[in-house]
Amino acid sequence: MQRFLLSRIAVLIPTFIGVSIVAFSFIRLLPGDPVQLMSGERVMAPERHAAIMHQLGYDRPIVIQYLDYLWGLLHGDFGTSIVTKRGVVGEFFTLFPATVELSLCAIVIAVALGIPAGVIAAAKRGSWFDQGVMGAALVGYSMPIFWWGLLLIILFSSVLKLTPVSGRIGYEFFFTNGTGFMLIDALASGQKGAFASAVSHLILPSVVLATIPLAVIARQTRSAMLEVLGEDYVRTARAKGLSTYRVIGLHALRNALIPVVTTIGLQVGVLLAGAILTESIFSWPGIGKWMVDSVFRRDYPVVQGGLLLIAMMIMIVNLVVDLLYGVINPRVRAR
Amino acid sequence: MSHIEAQEAAEGVGADIPTRRAKRSVRRQMLAEFWSYFSENRGALVGLVVFGLVVLIAFAAPLIAPHSPIAQNRDALLVPPFWQDGGSTAYLLGTDAVGRDILSRLIYGSQYSLFIGVLVVVIAVTVGIAVGLIAGYVGGWLDTAIMRVMDVILAFPSLLLALVLVAVLGPGLVNAMIAIALVLQPHFVRLTRASVMAEKQRDYVTAARVVGASPLRLMLVTILPNCLGPLIVQATLSFSNAILDAAALGFLGMGAQPPTPEWGTMLAEAREFILRAWWVVTFPGLAILITVLAINLVGDGLRDALDPKLKRS
Amino acid sequence: MKMMTKLLAASAIALTLGSAASAKTLVYCSEASPEGFDPALYTAGTTFDAASRTVYNRLVEFKHGSTEIEPGLAESWDISDDGKTYTFKLRPGVKFQTTDFFTPTRELNADDVIFSFERQLKSDNPWNKYVNGASWEYADGMGFPDLITSIEKVDDLTVKFTLSRPEAPFMADLAMDFASIMSKEYADKLEADGKTELLNQQPLGTGPFQFVAYQPDAVIRYQANPDYWAGKEKLDNLIFAITTDASVRAQKLQAGECQIMPYPNAADVASMQQNSDLTVLSQEGLNVAYLAYNTKIAPFDKVEVRKALNMAINKQAIVDAVFQGAATVAKNPIPPTMWSYNDAVKDDAYDPDAAKKMLSDAGVENLSMKIWAMPVSRPYMLNARRAAELMQADLQKIGVNAEIVSYEWGEYLSKSKAEDRDGAVMLGWTGDNGDPDNFLDTLLGCDAVGGNNRAQWCDKEFDDLVKKAKQASDQEQRAKFYEQAQVVFKEKAPWLTIDHSKVFMPMRKQVTGFVQDPLGYHRFDGVDIAE
Repeated sequence: MQRFLLSRIAVLIPTFIGVSIVAFSFIRLLPGDPVQLMSGERVMAPERHAAIMHQLGYDRPIVIQYLDYLWGLLHGDFGTSIVTKRGVVGEFFTLFPATVELSLCAIVIAVALGIPAGVIAAAKRGSWFDQGVMGAALVGYSMPIFWWGLLLIILFSSVLKLTPVSGRIGYEFFFTNGTGFMLIDALASGQKGAFASAVSHLILPSVVLATIPLAVIARQTRSAMLEVLGEDYVRTARAKGLSTYRVIGLHALRNALIPVVTTIGLQVGVLLAGAILTESIFSWPGIGKWMVDSVFRRDYPVVQGGLLLIAMMIMIVNLVVDLLYGVINPRVRAR
Repeated sequence: MSHIEAQEAAEGVGADIPTRRAKRSVRRQMLAEFWSYFSENRGALVGLVVFGLVVLIAFAAPLIAPHSPIAQNRDALLVPPFWQDGGSTAYLLGTDAVGRDILSRLIYGSQYSLFIGVLVVVIAVTVGIAVGLIAGYVGGWLDTAIMRVMDVILAFPSLLLALVLVAVLGPGLVNAMIAIALVLQPHFVRLTRASVMAEKQRDYVTAARVVGASPLRLMLVTILPNCLGPLIVQATLSFSNAILDAAALGFLGMGAQPPTPEWGTMLAEAREFILRAWWVVTFPGLAILITVLAINLVGDGLRDALDPKLKRS
Repeated sequence: MKMMTKLLAASAIALTLGSAASAKTLVYCSEASPEGFDPALYTAGTTFDAASRTVYNRLVEFKHGSTEIEPGLAESWDISDDGKTYTFKLRPGVKFQTTDFFTPTRELNADDVIFSFERQLKSDNPWNKYVNGASWEYADGMGFPDLITSIEKVDDLTVKFTLSRPEAPFMADLAMDFASIMSKEYADKLEADGKTELLNQQPLGTGPFQFVAYQPDAVIRYQANPDYWAGKEKLDNLIFAITTDASVRAQKLQAGECQIMPYPNAADVASMQQNSDLTVLSQEGLNVAYLAYNTKIAPFDKVEVRKALNMAINKQAIVDAVFQGAATVAKNPIPPTMWSYNDAVKDDAYDPDAAKKMLSDAGVENLSMKIWAMPVSRPYMLNARRAAELMQADLQKIGVNAEIVSYEWGEYLSKSKAEDRDGAVMLGWTGDNGDPDNFLDTLLGCDAVGGNNRAQWCDKEFDDLVKKAKQASDQEQRAKFYEQAQVVFKEKAPWLTIDHSKVFMPMRKQVTGFVQDPLGYHRFDGVDIAE
């Protein structure tokens, strides 16, 4: 197990270096000069310009700049926003809970609905239920989620007035020194109505974000299930007279879930990409919106640092999924 | 938003690829067999028909569009669709905020979406196959280097990477397509490489090599045709992905720029009207959904027809 | 009399009851997150709305809804005859805010004023580099370290500024955000605790609202400062709900999730004006968009050529197409809300035929030129490419062939400064302090050639006028010089003045007392909300 772990981590190192080069070169590929961008229409005196270039280290050879950057990364310095003058890591982690909360909710919805739907569809292969679920999954799978989000806002916020337009919780509630997870903070504060308000704000964005993972998980579960149901031991069990659902519950589900776990793991990247759109539509103060805003504000250190942090998150999650897969499926470890 | 992962398409790779049969008649027979499997799938057929219609609309756009997609009629701002009060049959699906006919814009928009899909897939497939063939055939450190580069690309959420790339290159449709092609092509590299590695060991390849076929010939003529199945499936899925991603970039203001009637860009422009003109928001999204759904239906059908494993079950 | 006291007492009770039962809360859907809470470090209006106009005061303030100044923390001031010494009498009894994170023990005095400025001016001040990568954008940008020789405490409530040269816009500069007065006592405490960075995160000042909490990219909370020297505000709570997307802001406003919002989409304004729940205020913004010819390069060095091009372009069409009416055509380089705006100046009328004749009289045939269009949307020009396309079409009509070029924004800004630049550059300006000097000398003075002066235009007559205006300390006299300068500008036509964009402020009907600010601030002092 240890060797398996080490070999996986060893592969991550060159990837990490590659990722850092990509993130670093983005900012250097830009034709304009970053200091000029900071001042906008206002022209800077040449001395001041040179002084700031020097202060930020842009006047040194590019390789040195990269090595410096890497050195900073190893010390946890991912750069400083040129807009807020705050550290990128600090900003990332103040906004990260919002994205995690949203993504967790979405994945819970996707798993809670997707796996049962896939299992039942497989068990009743060819039935109207199967066809309906798979049809719906394909629609979900093809959904432009930014449009889907807008439709839900129109329906639930504008027409039915059931949910708020945007935000994380009603403005009447607020907590100091919270965890950043609104549901937890709302519960912990004991303020009346706070939890309900947080849920009502969370529900539409998580449904939107869950749409694609839900479709993928349902499809994946169904096909994995079908495969397992075709295996000899399942046939034997059925031949012995066990009911379909008993067979599934006792034997098939565990084996069918192995590829599904990988699929869920792979959805993390999808969720983060989806968070970019979902958070933009719902003004959800998470890292997806932060990245989009930074791209538009031309806050390149943030884009650079954020890109790297997000890539690292995905790499770590993929590693965990790999390991988990190794735990469930010992065959992988031996390879 | 590359929610269709290589992994899914890769199911067909490996064990069950049909061994090469050189004779033409055999090929034709395979095609016939493929078609019989494909046409069994009702969804795939419907998808194919709808997709054919979209292609037809795109080609016939100048003939069938009632108005110019960019002509503004200042006297008909935000006219609702014809069946609503205040609507007019001159503008079947209504007009947008500057008086452009939505139906005409949607019709012309199909050109953009198809163009994006085709071009992105062509770039991603050619580059992906070339790189994948080299990696799989040559192997060694080159293979390792290529695969690490692909890992790097895959380490970023695709839409985010595309967004940042476009921000760096400058917003616009061409740059958006380049960025999307780049983030989609690792899937092709991985697929091709995996197939090549599997095929390389087979007898017919060894035989060809002994006869003295050049490496290029070996790669392109001998090996590649046998890896086509999963690649075609992946290409179909990438086609729909490209359309979705381009629309998403357009929606975020980084794709096609107004007044281009690209569907995602139309949605971005329409966003401000979601409270008072539902039609400017609804129709472009519906157009995206229908097109992507049709392509995905075809993709599913292709996979089922080309994938012997699923055929069995 | 007794009756009166009774009444007063009753109303006092009612007031307390009222505030206990339902505190008055105004939710403002703001357009972006503040960059930070130390206004001197930043340049964005969003930051100023969130930090300086709420929490802080300055020695002098802009009158609500005007660019004129009025006493702020300084009750009165005295300017020496040579214009180099400014002595300020501070308002006595001004209390700093008492918050969860700090309780002041003393009132405002001269030390606070000195601290607020010296940290920006002196590189050896311990607070000079307290934020990583900090630069004092305005203080440095406006040359304050050279301008101010010394700041002295005469007594607790008297401060004396000594300048190296007379500078008429100095008083207006002091009303700007970077000149906000901070508490030295608070800063000292933060320094002692080793938490200097909190100065930029938990602001504490003397202003109408005090800071409560900030959730990044989501919400900023304030409450009324009960000890405010000008009297407690009518609002009890003020909330900035950060909503970057204009259409989401509009939805929230219409859903009642917020009561007031800035920067609506131009296309949304009409429907908001028709909505009976909303009021929409509008005003010309303190900005100008222009097309600057390069007056150093033939044939654009000829006044007739520039005039002819100006006459060939239909500015009204540009305003209609780009702004859908949310802007006005500009004739002067300064906006109409600014003092000294010369309304007597006559704009070059749109007349393609006359333009064509003028061009051929000047001996220019088959002219080809480049038009630079910004790659980004700015408040003064929402869509430069669309505007450039319209100009291109207009110029075509008089036989001038225009090519539209654009670069990445940073590159655009630096390339357009070059004195040998090929082509006319579209750009604009948003005023900082409401002083005409900030437009006329900054953008068109001889010193700015190769810099902010994109027309590379150095005209002796014009330059003399604006320099004289800068030295004079009497506002009426200054205004005369500036009015004259605008006449010269129009005669020599270094720019095509394009537009001043309009600023709209939609709010719910219950909101009263909001005044639009020509400088683009969103101020909530004096605002009230009906139940």
